[in-house]
Amino acid sequence: MKTDIILAGVGGQGILSIASILGDAALHENLFLKQAETHGMSQRGGAVVSHLRISDKAIASDLIPLGSADLILSVEPMEALRYLPYLSPTGYVVTNTTPVLNIPNYPELEAVLAEITKQAQHVAIDADEIAGEIGNKRASNMVMLGAAAPFVHIHADKIEAGISRIFAKKGEAVVDLNIKAFRAGLQFALDNR
Amino acid sequence: MKQNLFLGVEAIGQAAIDGGISGVYAYPGTPSTEITEFIQNSDKATEKGIRSKWSANEKTAYEAALGMSYAGKRSMVCMKHVGLNVAADAFMNSAITGINGGLVVTVADDPSMHSSQNEQDSRYYGKFAMIPVLEPSNQQEAYDMVYHGFQLSEDLGVPVMVRITTRLAHSRSGVVRSEEQPQNQLVLPADPSQFILLPSSARKRYQSLLSKQGEFEKAAEESNYNKLNIGSDKSLGIIACGIAFNYLIENFPDESCPYTVLKLSQYPVSNALVLEMQKHCEEVLVMEEGYPVVEELVKGIFSKKIKVSGRLSGALPRSGELNADLVALALGHEEKQGPSVPDLVVNRPPALCQGCGHQDMYKALNEAVDKYSKGRVFSDIGCYTLGALPPYKSIYSCVDMGASVTMAKGAADAGLIPSLAVIGDSTFTHSGITGLLDAVNDNSNIVVVISDNESVSMTGGQESSALGKIEAICAGVGVLPEHIRTLIPMKKYHDMMVKTFEEEIAYEGVSVIVFRRECIQAAARRLRKEKKMKENPKKMAQ
Ligand SMILES: Cc1ncc(C[n+]2csc(CCOP(=O)(O)OP(=O)(O)O)c2C)c(N)n1
Ligand code: SF4
Repeated sequence: MKTDIILAGVGGQGILSIASILGDAALHENLFLKQAETHGMSQRGGAVVSHLRISDKAIASDLIPLGSADLILSVEPMEALRYLPYLSPTGYVVTNTTPVLNIPNYPELEAVLAEITKQAQHVAIDADEIAGEIGNKRASNMVMLGAAAPFVHIHADKIEAGISRIFAKKGEAVVDLNIKAFRAGLQFALDNR
Repeated sequence: MKQNLFLGVEAIGQAAIDGGISGVYAYPGTPSTEITEFIQNSDKATEKGIRSKWSANEKTAYEAALGMSYAGKRSMVCMKHVGLNVAADAFMNSAITGINGGLVVTVADDPSMHSSQNEQDSRYYGKFAMIPVLEPSNQQEAYDMVYHGFQLSEDLGVPVMVRITTRLAHSRSGVVRSEEQPQNQLVLPADPSQFILLPSSARKRYQSLLSKQGEFEKAAEESNYNKLNIGSDKSLGIIACGIAFNYLIENFPDESCPYTVLKLSQYPVSNALVLEMQKHCEEVLVMEEGYPVVEELVKGIFSKKIKVSGRLSGALPRSGELNADLVALALGHEEKQGPSVPDLVVNRPPALCQGCGHQDMYKALNEAVDKYSKGRVFSDIGCYTLGALPPYKSIYSCVDMGASVTMAKGAADAGLIPSLAVIGDSTFTHSGITGLLDAVNDNSNIVVVISDNESVSMTGGQESSALGKIEAICAGVGVLPEHIRTLIPMKKYHDMMVKTFEEEIAYEGVSVIVFRRECIQAAARRLRKEKKMKENPKKMAQ
């Protein structure tokens, strides 16, 4: 069993919180894990990517080879497309549809979304809207994590347990909000995969 | 055994604590910064009294670490690759003095220049100084090498370099810790002349360093980090250095590699291992992250009949980071690739944060110098370097820390008037002060802008050595007080800023304009921390 995940987004969107929950869940399952992050220059509103590899066998490379990611999980639609060469023929693209418009030449959103729906296996979800409905737009990353959960070889309950552990310090209300967001994303993916 | 999920840099910080250091010395620099931050944030390190405050630059950090070693205690100094250029004088000479307490020099290289001006390979420095270099292939080895590095340094009597690269530094994986070592006792060198590099004793010390080379090579030959695995297929042999070993294994899962492989993680390169390898292969491919250090070197060890390929021969790209895909190509494996990137995808370069004070400074600067021809503003390294990009396009240089002041001086000396320098607060105390002194002594006609955001922001907001000291420093090196101007970079002060620029450009001598406003990211972090402390006053004591 292995799940190779490309986590993509824009600096400041907090993709590393997604990575740390999956990492925590994987470790609790006694799985092997490697996770390469982007630090430094590119954090200032630039493109950021994290390679997350989970396996029941020892993992060699910190980077996922091209054409072998089981999942591209992106919290921004154009960023999902940037890493397509990593996608395996059986892999899924799961992306948020709310763009981050911090550059003057951002392409037409419709054209971006059309490129996503061209991919054989994809889930496009407006995580910001769903998170807003739940009560806090900042939970959109957990909506995305939920939407990706069906494609990760860790049971959704175990990921939820990871959310509880990671957010425990911030109090029950925060844990509940994030779990609610996670479940909403999960439901959306199950309905729309 | 308990696995800790550590970034490579965190593994190194933990290893230094567990390995019995009494202090870590460093100046921030991606991808090395988090090593020191890990130690600064560690309750264990606080409990043990391990000193960990930031140094003004890599040279002062290195020398302090050497002083701690002189006093018999274990110390670590950390820096990014270009930081070693700054510390090079201390570094080279510390190989001659040798050490007393174990000294580990951790240097983080940045192939592909993710956040650097170049991609120099610190292994060359290790060879230059003739000291052992350890190059981990994974996070566990990074931990082990630093943990045992202090003992190795004490056994061999010289500093030991641990060379990592960005990928290993910023990738997380499970790491098992070793037992905590106690700190060394304070004890001075047995030979009181050991650290006195007057020619007479320096010659002796140098001979001693030369005579140890065999011992260093033997240590590499016997090292557990180096492994020669004999394969059944003689057509090719592979030397995989540091993290390249992982990229090789990625291409041959489940021990399926048919070739003889030399995993190389401790230097100097052991001739014995290379000559043994030669018996089992007809050709050799060298995989290394960085410069073709080993590829060049082994050509002189192998018999001429053996063809050696790697980054120099073109089997692997001459520049940039390696990965499993490049290694696959070099091995002749079939290329895998997913769908290509659609044409509509555009770059998303990093930019100054909205509301950053550097923006207001550049707006005023641009207006003030607009009437002159372009190309008069020299700059430096920090967030403000992004002023080179649109919409500002204000600056014309970024070379090495401190170079803005001295290059502006040189250009002014050549007749380029006005000539300006833009430097950050941390960069100023890192390497700008001495240049300013030169300018004062020469009465050079320059305007030095110190864009002071009270933080080392580019690297994540560390505490700046310059905090609260800039005007006093400038006056201290002799800038006239009436030409040290301080302003707040905000939209509402724009006209005043432009006017100040004009006045100081008109002055024929050294002017300093300090623009001071806290970095908004640093301010946000500070507010969060203050809020936390209010909620949990117990933590406040720490
Ligand atoms: C010799 C050297 N050491 C460290 C670095 C890494 N580095 C680049 S910019 C920077 C911080 C600059 O801080 P400051 O001058 O205050 O500017 P700011 O980023 O806060 O605007 C550092 C540490 C480097 N490039 N070269
Ligand atoms: S991190 Fe601070 S200094 Fe850097 S761009 Fe943002 S606000 Fe400006």
